[in-house]
Amino acid sequence: MPQVALTVNGKKVTVDVEGRTLLVELLREKLGLTGTHVGCDTSQCGACVVHLDGTSVKSCTMLALQAAGRSVITIEGLAKPDGTLHPMQEMFREHHALQCGFCTPGMVMSAIDLVQSHPEGLSEQQIRHGLEGNLCRCTGYHNIVKAIAAAWPLMHGKAMPAAAE
Amino acid sequence: MAFEGIGASVRRTEDQRFLSGRGNYTDDINRHGQLYAIIRRSDRPHARIVSIDTKAAAEMPGVVAVYTGTDLQADSVGGLPCGWLIKNKDGTPMAEPPHPVLAVGKVRHVGDPVAVVIAETRQQAKDAAEKLAIEWQDLPSISSTQDAIAPGAALVHDDVAGNVCYDWHLGDKEAVDAAFAKAARVVRLDLTNSRLIPNAMEPRAAIGDFDRATGEHTLFTTSQNPHVIRLLMGAFVLHIPESRLRVVAPDVGGGFGSKIYHYAEEAIVTWAAGKLARPVKWTAERTESFISDAHGRDHVTTAEMALDKDGNYLALRVQTLANMGAYLSTFATSIPTYLYATLLAGVYKTPAIYAEVKAVFTNTVPVDAYRGAGRPEAAYLLERLTDVIAHDTGLDRVALRRQNLIPANAFPYQTPVALQYDSGNYQATLEAALTAADWNGFPARRTAAAAKGKLRGIGISTYIEACGIAPSAVAGALGARAGLYEAANIRVHPTGSVSVFTGSHSHGQGHETTFAQLVADQLGIPFNQVEIVHGDTEKIPFGMGTYGSRSLAVGGSAMVKAMDKIIAKGKRIAAHLMEASVADIEFKNGSFSVAGTDKSKSFGEIALTAYVPHNYPIDELEPGLEENAFYDPKNFTFPAGCMVAEVEIDRDTGVPSVVSFVAVDDVGRLINPMIVEGQVHGGVAQGIGQALLESAAYDVSGQIVTGSFMDYTMPRSDDLPSFKTGNEVTLCTHNPLGVKGCGELGTIGSPPAIVNAVIDALSEYDVRHIDMPLSPQKIWSIIAAGPKRRAAE
Ligand code: FES
Ligand code: FES
Repeated sequence: MPQVALTVNGKKVTVDVEGRTLLVELLREKLGLTGTHVGCDTSQCGACVVHLDGTSVKSCTMLALQAAGRSVITIEGLAKPDGTLHPMQEMFREHHALQCGFCTPGMVMSAIDLVQSHPEGLSEQQIRHGLEGNLCRCTGYHNIVKAIAAAWPLMHGKAMPAAAE
Repeated sequence: MAFEGIGASVRRTEDQRFLSGRGNYTDDINRHGQLYAIIRRSDRPHARIVSIDTKAAAEMPGVVAVYTGTDLQADSVGGLPCGWLIKNKDGTPMAEPPHPVLAVGKVRHVGDPVAVVIAETRQQAKDAAEKLAIEWQDLPSISSTQDAIAPGAALVHDDVAGNVCYDWHLGDKEAVDAAFAKAARVVRLDLTNSRLIPNAMEPRAAIGDFDRATGEHTLFTTSQNPHVIRLLMGAFVLHIPESRLRVVAPDVGGGFGSKIYHYAEEAIVTWAAGKLARPVKWTAERTESFISDAHGRDHVTTAEMALDKDGNYLALRVQTLANMGAYLSTFATSIPTYLYATLLAGVYKTPAIYAEVKAVFTNTVPVDAYRGAGRPEAAYLLERLTDVIAHDTGLDRVALRRQNLIPANAFPYQTPVALQYDSGNYQATLEAALTAADWNGFPARRTAAAAKGKLRGIGISTYIEACGIAPSAVAGALGARAGLYEAANIRVHPTGSVSVFTGSHSHGQGHETTFAQLVADQLGIPFNQVEIVHGDTEKIPFGMGTYGSRSLAVGGSAMVKAMDKIIAKGKRIAAHLMEASVADIEFKNGSFSVAGTDKSKSFGEIALTAYVPHNYPIDELEPGLEENAFYDPKNFTFPAGCMVAEVEIDRDTGVPSVVSFVAVDDVGRLINPMIVEGQVHGGVAQGIGQALLESAAYDVSGQIVTGSFMDYTMPRSDDLPSFKTGNEVTLCTHNPLGVKGCGELGTIGSPPAIVNAVIDALSEYDVRHIDMPLSPQKIWSIIAAGPKRRAAE
């Protein structure tokens, strides 16, 4: 069986995988990181989103072997070692942006990438557009959109500029 | 510390684990030595199973067992039971054909489970399942509701004549006929209520485990009601006594009704784990969810309203054909009857109503409750019909509603369809919604939209729902095969912290927060000293679970009853300690005091005394402080409200977008307004989904054509607006909290508001009705046909 070496949440790991093993299967089944979820089999729900070298990817859509030598951050790796939550996690809690919690890990990972990649600011429409790849059946998205807008200033350390519509 | 009792928007306790990836959903659980099950399902809508050759599959690497329906039958495994018996008009019982766990002889829908392959790994089981050689003989199939009753239609079940499960009615036919005979005008509307797929984001999963040492079976499952599953599966399917069967529903990723029912896979893994003496895990892939989770709605209806010359409603006549799918799911039969026809008064004072409901079998996935269950179908019918009446008569749609509403001073109000509404103020929610939506300012917004080349429309709906089905005796008389109470156990620990064991189940509703607020408030203790335990039959008292927006109204009331017992016992202990009479002890803000004195004992001191009974009335009182209560409600609760939607349609593409949405609801007393608002948002999003996007479709050959997220349009963030919500409060008069429930109202009130808005936007095309979903294609063809379409017809 081939082996893959990668960094997950800052720790180096080497794991035996089949060629067809998906990254999400490696995380959930080999490493016990069950915070990353599987909500579909057609790459459409975003429950499985993790960061690969800082960018969000659907971990059900890539092979574990493709992550060789790269750095993966999952929802378990977001909080500081002392347990302090990432501002995005905090704002999700503050604005009641989760109900059943199943879409939440993927939603939070996508949201962080969205905010990081828009230093110029984000309008409500841009946030809604940016979340297109993540399904939530519980919240109607209203509070998720609010939480992301509230996390922007915390992550960028300044007030959000009025974004271009 | 901030106020954390009743009425505070306390941030949720459960969020910490969900946000840090430490939720514990069924598929996150792995048992030592676990095997994996893959279900081979029918890819045909209706076929005879000529033979199944399991040999090649069984010889594949890693395969431990292959079972078919015959193996289960040989082991006396029973069929999946239906929980509600409906009687026909003539008093005879409904047709109740067998629902085998794995198909025997015949398959009846795409997705019908045929065999299970169990192997060391999921991939091995998958590979082996493909090696099963099944010889089929295809049979003619029925894929649409109307086709089921066509003359000469193929039979889904050989011994169910005409595919009719039941032919049922409710109401006073003579009174309705008489009212129609003298009506100034009759308005008729034919409509369908589209078939939906619930699609909770967590796919169903189940793990069976068997302990050889104790003989105990354990099932971990994605369920909204673990005790109901234990009862149904233990008693009817696997014949395991309750004392040997534990059902655990851990964190569950959304249910919306679809996780109420007892499903075949739960029985398969529990049974197979017993046979193999190893844990067996099954997790649905989304494609399987589409063809095995119970679907919702699917009604074909004709409704007629008799009116006097001023537009007063005189009588309503309704005929509905309801699709049950291929088999009866657990509560399927009760939805188009007691949760639909009984709601046909809505918020209106229509004096006479008669409804006939025929339920039919088709070669489709079983249909059961989906968020709202019956009540959205009733509200949609009434609110579309009201707009069509306005269209046909020229009366104003808001005025028509105002004049027909049940007056605020008419409560308790007996409807002509069995229910008695205890409280409400429909005028208040209507007027508040109109104000919040700036109804009167709409013409200016329409003009502004027209200048941008958009068609803008506004729509209104009023609704009522009935939550917390009850009382048990009445439901039983109507055919329910279960009780409808809820149970609570309150365990006060020696130092005054409290564990609450509830029969309700949380799969997104935030019970760990709301219930803790309730208990902290009533016992006067800090919120963080209250723990809520649910979802494990080994821990909680026998409870009925969560559906029909019942958890707070029924489950919360059970907690209040148990707390009353705790307080009563605490008073006796306090009276002893302070040498006072029990009648003089008052309990307030967490302390027991002697009236008119400054003597008092804290809740913690009383708890400690109960467990360390040195100075204690031991002759008259047992030590300890723990109480159980079962609460059987006296009536349903009746949340109601009004929603107003505005849409804009792009003339060139026919794409509608919801530009504003207002919901003003009366859910009784609010315990956690933030959570209530979240429930409204989520329900409204699903309702907008039904109105504009979602629909489960079968082709004429019986294949499902919306079998994945690529074909079934789920609402995404950019399909929806932000919502404006508000509350008006009238208290429920018959439960101790005055609460009514809020879980389903969004899916009930929103579809007609949206459809009414789209039809209003198309007013220059004189559209009377369009069936959901209002796809761009349907809208575009109306626009393309041009104005004055009706005149030209
Ligand atoms: S699991 Fe649905 S997109 Fe990855
Ligand atoms: S919180 Fe349940 S799916 Fe998003």
